[in-house]
Amino acid sequence: MQYLLGNEAVAHACLEANIDFASGYPGTPSSEVIDILRSQEKRGFYVEWATNEKVAYENALAAAWCGVRALFTTKHVGLNVAADPLMTSAYTGVTGGFVVLSADDPFAHSSQNEQDSRCYAQFARVPCLDPASVQEAHDMIRDAFSLSEEFGLPVIFRPTTRICHSKSDVDLGTVGDEHRVGEFCRDPKQYVVIPAHTRVLHRLLNEKQPAIKKRLVELGYNTAEVRGKTAIIASGVAASYVQEVIGADVSFAKIGAYPIDEDWLRTFVDAHTRILVVEELAPVVEEAVRQVATTTEVFGKMTGTVPYEGELSPAAVAAAMATAGFSPTQSFPAQRAPAAVAPRPPILCAGCSHRSTFYAMRKVFKDGIFPSDIGCYTLGLQLGGVDTTICMGASITVGSGIKQSGEERDVVCTIGDSTFLHTGIPGLLSAVYNGANMTVVILDNRITAMTGHQPNPNTGITAMGTESTPISLDAICRACGVSFVETVDPYDLPLLLATFRQAKEKDGVRVIIAKQPCVITARRAGIKRKPYAVDPERCTGCGVCRSFGCPAIAFADEKAWVTDLCAGCGVCADICPSGAIHREGR
Amino acid sequence: MNGSFDILIVGIGGQGTVLASNVLGEACIREGRPVRSAETHGMAQRGGSVESHVRIDGRYGSLIAPGCADLLIAFDLLEALRYRHYLPEGGRLVTNRRFVTPTSVYMQKQTVPDEAEILAALGDLDLTCIDAAVIASEAGSPLSQNIVMLGGASRFMPLAAETLLAAVRACVPPKTVAINERAFSLGRDAAGRC
Ligand code: SF4
Ligand code: SF4
Repeated sequence: MQYLLGNEAVAHACLEANIDFASGYPGTPSSEVIDILRSQEKRGFYVEWATNEKVAYENALAAAWCGVRALFTTKHVGLNVAADPLMTSAYTGVTGGFVVLSADDPFAHSSQNEQDSRCYAQFARVPCLDPASVQEAHDMIRDAFSLSEEFGLPVIFRPTTRICHSKSDVDLGTVGDEHRVGEFCRDPKQYVVIPAHTRVLHRLLNEKQPAIKKRLVELGYNTAEVRGKTAIIASGVAASYVQEVIGADVSFAKIGAYPIDEDWLRTFVDAHTRILVVEELAPVVEEAVRQVATTTEVFGKMTGTVPYEGELSPAAVAAAMATAGFSPTQSFPAQRAPAAVAPRPPILCAGCSHRSTFYAMRKVFKDGIFPSDIGCYTLGLQLGGVDTTICMGASITVGSGIKQSGEERDVVCTIGDSTFLHTGIPGLLSAVYNGANMTVVILDNRITAMTGHQPNPNTGITAMGTESTPISLDAICRACGVSFVETVDPYDLPLLLATFRQAKEKDGVRVIIAKQPCVITARRAGIKRKPYAVDPERCTGCGVCRSFGCPAIAFADEKAWVTDLCAGCGVCADICPSGAIHREGR
Repeated sequence: MNGSFDILIVGIGGQGTVLASNVLGEACIREGRPVRSAETHGMAQRGGSVESHVRIDGRYGSLIAPGCADLLIAFDLLEALRYRHYLPEGGRLVTNRRFVTPTSVYMQKQTVPDEAEILAALGDLDLTCIDAAVIASEAGSPLSQNIVMLGGASRFMPLAAETLLAAVRACVPPKTVAINERAFSLGRDAAGRC
């Protein structure tokens, strides 16, 4: 027994399954799986961070075509980026086991939407496993590779935040050390999806479906126990919430694998007069239940009994049960969060270089429009520097669209280095090609910070720790046709302001690369900067530094002071109009 | 009730709530008991308000419902106020005496209550208040505040103090074992004096 995070248990199960290849793009709540795989001391397999999910999916798919066991990891929205290869890889199939880990995020704890990866599994007609607990997540991954090999199909594994980031006592198996070497066997009928081939492949995919359904019942991930005339059917982590509050005389079915076998489901449904379906996100199970139900009364999302949005909990399940005429075994007090406690939202770190970049951008472009992107810098919202975010890479494209719509105000978009390499480049190329008039700021902190500081091609090191040739963002932008490309140190506020002013005067697409390592990685790398301090004699209490928003600046008795969080970036010293902030020891 | 002992640990991203939850989980493994817990990862960790749910003897999901926690441990006094509704009436709270004012308060010129006001607002609870910063410095490092708080709260947990101490040793960085052992014991003593 070990106490492990869901993602740690999943990574361990991959080792038990003798995984040969792993590729992904970081995204909460999925990132730890590859981070753990890549930090294994004895590693007999290949692991990489790819530049985006489509790239990662295709890399892993090709490995599985070569007969090795491959894992692809992403967060739910990353599966949108990889949807193109996903859909057709269901046709081509695989020879080596291929597991597509797509972590869903009910309640959008760290995401831009609450989409449901099970819908992709239905859409692509591939099997999907949906764990109810950390232990089950572990066990399912072990089975997922052989399931994939048995049917020659990618298998979607879909944990949610409360699996990935929950911990539990877990029973682990033994790590294997038999690894395969990939070998590509030429077979155009399988791997070249011209119309003549794909029509056949589509039929073959459809023909696999009945056997998959039967096999999933045999595997025991869909279980049912008849205990009375009424029943609850639950899926994924919601099943564990139901188990906490369900009465002994209510039947219970747990769905952990899709597609659901209709015959199996019909037998269970027909044995009951009333059924409540409890699941997070989309009504996938509920639709299946409604399709087979004849006289049984069905409650769920479609009756308004279970919410479509957000995450469930034992209390939410108990409430749904009460509405549907079931008696939960526990009652939950109607406790409310106390009103008016000052909120404490996440905030850019003390010394984060993004803060000064946003500050300078807003100073120079007072009336600007600020499309932004996905990363720590989305927190620039608090600094008034983020007007839009929709998905990865959508700052430059949205900026270009706004400008070309006829909007006259200046457009300045912000995008991180990893996001720029992910999907920013095509947007930049298109903006230049089509003559957009805008400024693009690449927030270059040399790392994929928000998801836990994973390396990217800009870092100069791979996931496996091998040095790589650091790419040049400047050269990429110039190759896209940008002539104004300036790299500045965002800790140098006067220079940063001057560069923004220069860009403002120019036409066409201008790029500013604000380059400074993330303070967390800098600290880990041993870079030390002397902290700053406020001279109380000179501080007038004007509050200018306060509005800069650095968490190391506190205020007491109408005077500012710098706390021990200070990372020594020195920007506040440039902002203070009274010159009251100095590097310590001077 | 399902017989699980439900602990909610709250604080600010970076204060070590995850490490504290690891210690509790490790202690459960050592006592051969099932455990479930849930944590905040990702963006919210950047200095935001964070929570760790730990369910000792838990066999189902990892989430604790409001009004149902057996113990609330707050690494920051303002966070104790924010999460107090997880306790039933008169429930048990072990909290740090100090709090960090959120930066947004300075930026938006809001007001926050002072320590005395917050403590008064928590007065209906079964309250144990610890000056974690002072005790942690005494133990040898201000970074050991999380273990000080855990030591204080250990008096109210269904886990043996020796098991918890062994779990602390196993979970903290090897170089800091001695400091954290002291932090745990001093925290436990301080809670005993309250
Ligand atoms: S982790 Fe790095 S990039 Fe993110 S807010 Fe902190 S300093 Fe900025
Ligand atoms: S120097 Fe100023 S702005 Fe930079 S981290 Fe320290 S207090 Fe914050």
